[in-house]
Amino acid sequence: MASTQLIDRRKNGRHKSAENRQRFIKRYKEQIKRAIADSIAERSITDTVSGGEVRIPRRDIAEPEFHFGSGGWRHGVHPGNREFVAGDTIKRPEGGGEGSGSEASDQGEGEDDFTFTLTRDEFMELFFEDLALPNLHKTRIQSMMEEEPVRAGHTHDGVPTNLDILRSLTGALARRTALRGPLRFEKAELEDRLAASRDEEERAQIRAEIEVLEKRISAVPFLDEFDLRYRNRVTRPKPCTQAVMFCLMDVSGSMDEQRKDIAKRFFMLLYHFLHCTYEHIQVVFIRHHTTAQEVDEQEFFQSRDTGGTLVSSALDLMDKIIASRYPREDWNIYAAQASDGDNWPMDSARCRELLTAKVLPAVQYYAYVQIVAAQEQQLWAEYDSLRAAHPHFVMQKIAERSEIYPVFRQLMRKTTS
Amino acid sequence: MTRTPISTESDWDFETLERFEQELGRLAAECRLDTYPNQLEIISSEQMMDAYAFTGLPVNYTHWSFGKHFIATEQNYRQGQMGLAYEMVINSNPCISYLMEENTLTMQALVIAHAAFGHNSFFKGNYLFRTWTNAEDIVDYMVFARDYVTECERRHGERAVEQVLDACHALMNYGVDSCRRPVHRSAASERERQQAREAEFQARFNDLWRTLPKEEQKDGRQAPPRFPAEPQENLLYFIEKQAPHLDTWQRELVRIVRKVAQYFFPQRQTKVMNEGWATFWHYTLLNRLFDEGLVTPGFMLEFLESHTSVTFQPGFEDRRYRGINPYALGFAMMRDIQRICEAPDEEDRRWFPDIAGSDWVGTLDFAMRNFKDESFIAQYLSPKLIRQFRLFAILDDDTRDEIEVTAIHDDAGYAEVRRRLAQQYAMTHYTPDIQVWRADLRGDRSLTLRHTRHHRRPLGGTTDEVLRHAALLWGRDVKLEEVSEAGEVLHTRTVKAALDDAA
Repeated sequence: MASTQLIDRRKNGRHKSAENRQRFIKRYKEQIKRAIADSIAERSITDTVSGGEVRIPRRDIAEPEFHFGSGGWRHGVHPGNREFVAGDTIKRPEGGGEGSGSEASDQGEGEDDFTFTLTRDEFMELFFEDLALPNLHKTRIQSMMEEEPVRAGHTHDGVPTNLDILRSLTGALARRTALRGPLRFEKAELEDRLAASRDEEERAQIRAEIEVLEKRISAVPFLDEFDLRYRNRVTRPKPCTQAVMFCLMDVSGSMDEQRKDIAKRFFMLLYHFLHCTYEHIQVVFIRHHTTAQEVDEQEFFQSRDTGGTLVSSALDLMDKIIASRYPREDWNIYAAQASDGDNWPMDSARCRELLTAKVLPAVQYYAYVQIVAAQEQQLWAEYDSLRAAHPHFVMQKIAERSEIYPVFRQLMRKTTS
Repeated sequence: MTRTPISTESDWDFETLERFEQELGRLAAECRLDTYPNQLEIISSEQMMDAYAFTGLPVNYTHWSFGKHFIATEQNYRQGQMGLAYEMVINSNPCISYLMEENTLTMQALVIAHAAFGHNSFFKGNYLFRTWTNAEDIVDYMVFARDYVTECERRHGERAVEQVLDACHALMNYGVDSCRRPVHRSAASERERQQAREAEFQARFNDLWRTLPKEEQKDGRQAPPRFPAEPQENLLYFIEKQAPHLDTWQRELVRIVRKVAQYFFPQRQTKVMNEGWATFWHYTLLNRLFDEGLVTPGFMLEFLESHTSVTFQPGFEDRRYRGINPYALGFAMMRDIQRICEAPDEEDRRWFPDIAGSDWVGTLDFAMRNFKDESFIAQYLSPKLIRQFRLFAILDDDTRDEIEVTAIHDDAGYAEVRRRLAQQYAMTHYTPDIQVWRADLRGDRSLTLRHTRHHRRPLGGTTDEVLRHAALLWGRDVKLEEVSEAGEVLHTRTVKAALDDAA
């Protein structure tokens, strides 16, 4: 067996299957897209940008081959007989599964799904295929820089919080060893001489010398200022990739669960979509009826209020929040508003003014979706008049769940210019 | 004889692995195991998943179905639903065995004994492997196949290649002439042959067929002789050679899939024997190491725990029951043959007069070389094992309301149980008998396949889909006649060729 070889292959490529995996995803793109669309229903808005599990029916991806169907007759041999004797009869098990087991897995009603995990990038790519981030001012993004602290070794001075204790003490130990060592050797030598010496006078002199040495040894400080090491940080400029997304929703009585659900899905899509571009996204939830309130996600989608509707209150609040927390220079601001279009007649005009004067100049993109409206509401008409002057303002109507995605696609479609 | 153990650690290192390989090799040689040289490769679990996805070949062409396997494996593994097998071994020369880096030293030793000596000697010795596979060249051939497929994708587009491969995969179980021995070719000659074929095809191209006088058909009132004269079981081969519309490169793809099918052909028929043989040898070799004091009792405990779980056979009522475990049955039979040779009792002498009391090494070697599962069980399953497994045979007939127990582990039943179990491993049991019946090359060029029913069992639900794949390759209509055992045609399915796709 001299020719045996032992080879370490661990360094070789680990991703031999990557290409085949991509082929699989490419081949079943439609099914996977559908599965993704279904799965977003169960997710919280900010929850699953990490990609996620996708299920597609196993039947769809089966590789067909000739196999036996049920019927006919066959013998089978099985282990573990306890009570049967030849000639016994047994009831056929339900579903005729007997014997078909692993031999014909494609045939039966084995309807379990094929489940697998997409990486975040794959997820995004499939989800937002041929969509583009609207009105992305690329120049602006690049020009927007923020400072980011980065580690850069150690320094001799700094603030106590940055003190690297381990490194400081290691240095101190080395210094002590270096400084005390020679003195200790000297002292040991003297002690030897002391032990050997019989002359009292010489002994006294040696003792005095030892005493001096001991003093010198103990004078070496345990920790010297020289030993201290501080973690050093320098700031480095970094392109700003942060965005804030405002979700505005009408929670007046006319927005029922179903409509809110539609709104939620729309917000969720927008969130995922923005996530393709921005690393950090903050989401601000503003709900309103006659007054507006900033709330957390839970409350945003779940609580219900009744009463009239003043859309402008929400726009007002949004404007205030932008002014106080999200300076335009540092943040990419996106907004999505969902409403059933019901508004105080007088208020709609004010909304238009607010949008024109304050909100629209601040945001990169403003999407308005109106969820079911039998007749044209005034808000729609007012908003409609904004479209011409503000290309980054878009609006669409959604009547049913199934329209969310198409509408979203329409709003975000790549403009070939 | 007591010696110091090779290692008392549970972690492995390269030196220790080499030591184990040497000691196991020495013991294997004492037991006259004839093996290919070994190539042991340490791999990570990700690489093991890649190997899984390639269905046990180190190299394979690109196809989405391998991606599907990979995703399924990865998902199950990540969720902890399955451990990866400790071993994977490739029937090649040198014989490649994968050792996963996560394995403990004990598991590595077990894998070396099991794969690098057990499976390895089986690949080299068993007649099916000797006949159907070419260990010298498989890796080179797969490299050729991979490159060829890539080249085809470049020239003709991924989609076109995928269509052909999908279609071939659907017919993959029909890529072997089980009664005709193949001619071995080296990978280099495969490449030459492929180029020669292309060249010849170019040279031969002419309008000869069109100039044939047409009257011939009208004159001979008699139906022309059926083509092929005999039914052909190798559908892929027939398509490769006879399909009227395939391009040369498409024929070559059919050939590649056919070759891969042929390579795996013996594995399906020797599952019990192959695993039984490998398990028997890891058990025997590691016990000898222990007898010589080369491994510690702790090592043996870990090994035995793993060994017993691999050879565990739940009864039919158990929730874990998934049919007969080939490791359990194979290992038990190998051990049983050894017992019959070494310490036969009166019953063994009655049932196995030829081998009772013979040299066990020689007897096992003979069995390993000359049988497949079906014949191995028919030849060697002893009454003692039938009792031990408490095997019973049932008859499931859809014309009767109940299933009948036809034989159990008693004197009256041994022979019947053995016969039925052996049949369960026959090809006819798990692959429908479908052959090329007629190719109407002078008429509408349709291809007629025949499924001869076995035990009245009909074909399953995906048949039409497979036929569509066949039609894609054939380029014209494909018919499938279902024929009863008596030879009468029960019904015929026809799948029209989608001519647009064929290009």
